[in-house]
Amino acid sequence: MKDKQKEGISKKPLGIIYRWLGDRIFFTLAFALGLTIIVLSVSMAWVLSDESSLAFKEFGIGGFLTGTTWNPGVGLKFGALPFILGTMVTSVAALAIAFLPAIAIGIFIAEYAPKWIGSIIDNLIHLIAAIPSVVVGIWGIFAFAPWMRESVYIPVFNWTANNWPSLLPVLGNPMGYGIATATIILALMIIPFTTVLTRDAISKVPREQREAAWALGATRWEVIRMAVLPYARGGILAGVMLSFGRAIGETMAVAMLIGNKNTLPFTIIGPAATMPSVIINEFREAVGSLHVSSLMGIGLVLFVISLTVNLIAAYITRKLSATGGQLV
Amino acid sequence: MKNFSEHKTLWQRNLWDRFMVALLTFSTIMVMLPLLIIIGYVVVNGISALNWDLFTQELGSPARAMQGKSTGLIHTMLGTAVVDLLAIIIAAPVGLGAGIMLSEYPDHKLNPILRVINDTLNGMPAILKGLLAFALIVKPMGTFSGLSGGFALAFVMIPIIARSTESALMSIPWSIREAGLAIGLPRWRVVLSTVMPAARTGLVTGFLIAFARAAGEAAPLMFTSFGNNYLPNHWTGMILGPVDTLPQRLYSLAISPYKEWHELGWAAGIVLLGFVVTLFIIARMLTREKNYD
Repeated sequence: MKDKQKEGISKKPLGIIYRWLGDRIFFTLAFALGLTIIVLSVSMAWVLSDESSLAFKEFGIGGFLTGTTWNPGVGLKFGALPFILGTMVTSVAALAIAFLPAIAIGIFIAEYAPKWIGSIIDNLIHLIAAIPSVVVGIWGIFAFAPWMRESVYIPVFNWTANNWPSLLPVLGNPMGYGIATATIILALMIIPFTTVLTRDAISKVPREQREAAWALGATRWEVIRMAVLPYARGGILAGVMLSFGRAIGETMAVAMLIGNKNTLPFTIIGPAATMPSVIINEFREAVGSLHVSSLMGIGLVLFVISLTVNLIAAYITRKLSATGGQLV
Repeated sequence: MKNFSEHKTLWQRNLWDRFMVALLTFSTIMVMLPLLIIIGYVVVNGISALNWDLFTQELGSPARAMQGKSTGLIHTMLGTAVVDLLAIIIAAPVGLGAGIMLSEYPDHKLNPILRVINDTLNGMPAILKGLLAFALIVKPMGTFSGLSGGFALAFVMIPIIARSTESALMSIPWSIREAGLAIGLPRWRVVLSTVMPAARTGLVTGFLIAFARAAGEAAPLMFTSFGNNYLPNHWTGMILGPVDTLPQRLYSLAISPYKEWHELGWAAGIVLLGFVVTLFIIARMLTREKNYD
């Protein structure tokens, strides 16, 4: 009995350490680890701007961004415009293709499909969204691009050559690897992503919102158009922005399919290059410090563009969604 | 538009409704088909390219494949395991800690900015995370290495884990925490012994999803773990020297000019796809279990 009391007393200071110090340590750890993420992001910006300073010094910021010549071999002239344009053209076109179908599937799963079909499609979409980009790329390189060349590009090219020869320079080289192929693959790859985000946004719409519209005698489509979509529009728009960010940063499949031609002007089906694709293709082999620095400069441009896109998405979710809620 | 009932008859409205059903169903089928064709194509071609050598031999030079000698990707699979494990070891504490910070100290001033930055980092192209790992690890080390590849993939995993940890912990009601505090547990014990065990399915799911996502990334590995046609002489070579990984090897095989290597590319594709999809299905099944509880 006495011993136990003694033990209890002697444990008391330990108890304070256990409670007070334990909490301090735990909080400090969590805080430090949270801070690590911020430090990582900041160091990403810092590293990219530091490493690219040589290129920006050499060509000037405006000169680098608007330069149309990318010549790592002779002359050592580096201008990023072909890649910025390449990324923008493919991403915007892919988003334009993917936008409506993705939202349609999202609506279909969330509102129309019977529960079991909806959950099958939902699982499939999640699964497809998880397929690595290189695996899509290998399909594109060995199956899709050759098929497009044989059955689409060459017939179109021949038809144009016979009927409208002046359009040939706009159409481009029907080699199969080029902007059109890459854009279609890119669209296919972001559809699942947009669909998942659309579906999430729609499923956050409260039941009462729908029931109110049903009670007014609306048909199912009218419920969706008047009650569900306006409510979910913030989430859907933010999802579209995030998908756009995905398309901008999508690297492997595009690098495998776009044909990697570093010069302007682009053609519709001819080869081109994007910012991630040129980094992937040249960074491993880049020797000159100016070349490496220019590739880092392209990385910095890519960073700034995706930062903008992501911040816009965050802003949209905060301001536009009726819930003012979380980012999906 | 708003006064639809004044302009359209009920019959017209129902017709429009039917039309939209048809349109949505049609577009769903039209989009699902090509996506399923991709999977089917990769599976069929990949399975026919699978053989025993793939799992026992190393790749070697292109000549080896062209002379018809047996080649495989054992060094790639081992390398993938090493790099992915390194990545999750690096990423798990950071992601977990940040997730705890976000969910357990919700009023802290750091959190709003941490949440935005975390989401932004998550949305950053993976290739930039590769460039970051290149500048932070490869340059000081002076060599491409499995370790730098691990760091690059960890940068991919961290924001995903942080987000999923946050939402897993948030799904546990505050009353559980209050119960713990009421019996005199300090806060850190409440989190470690009551909240985290209760949320373990969600935590594991988050880890799996982050792992699956990072395992499929090739872009950050191209200039960090770089690639290697051979097994290293000593196991430390996997960590300190250039090492092969499946996504990056798949890319190199696919853009190589050798027909034999294209076959190997399909095989690598099916192995990678199988790996990622298995992880993913486990994660989905765990989530479903959680929902039924």
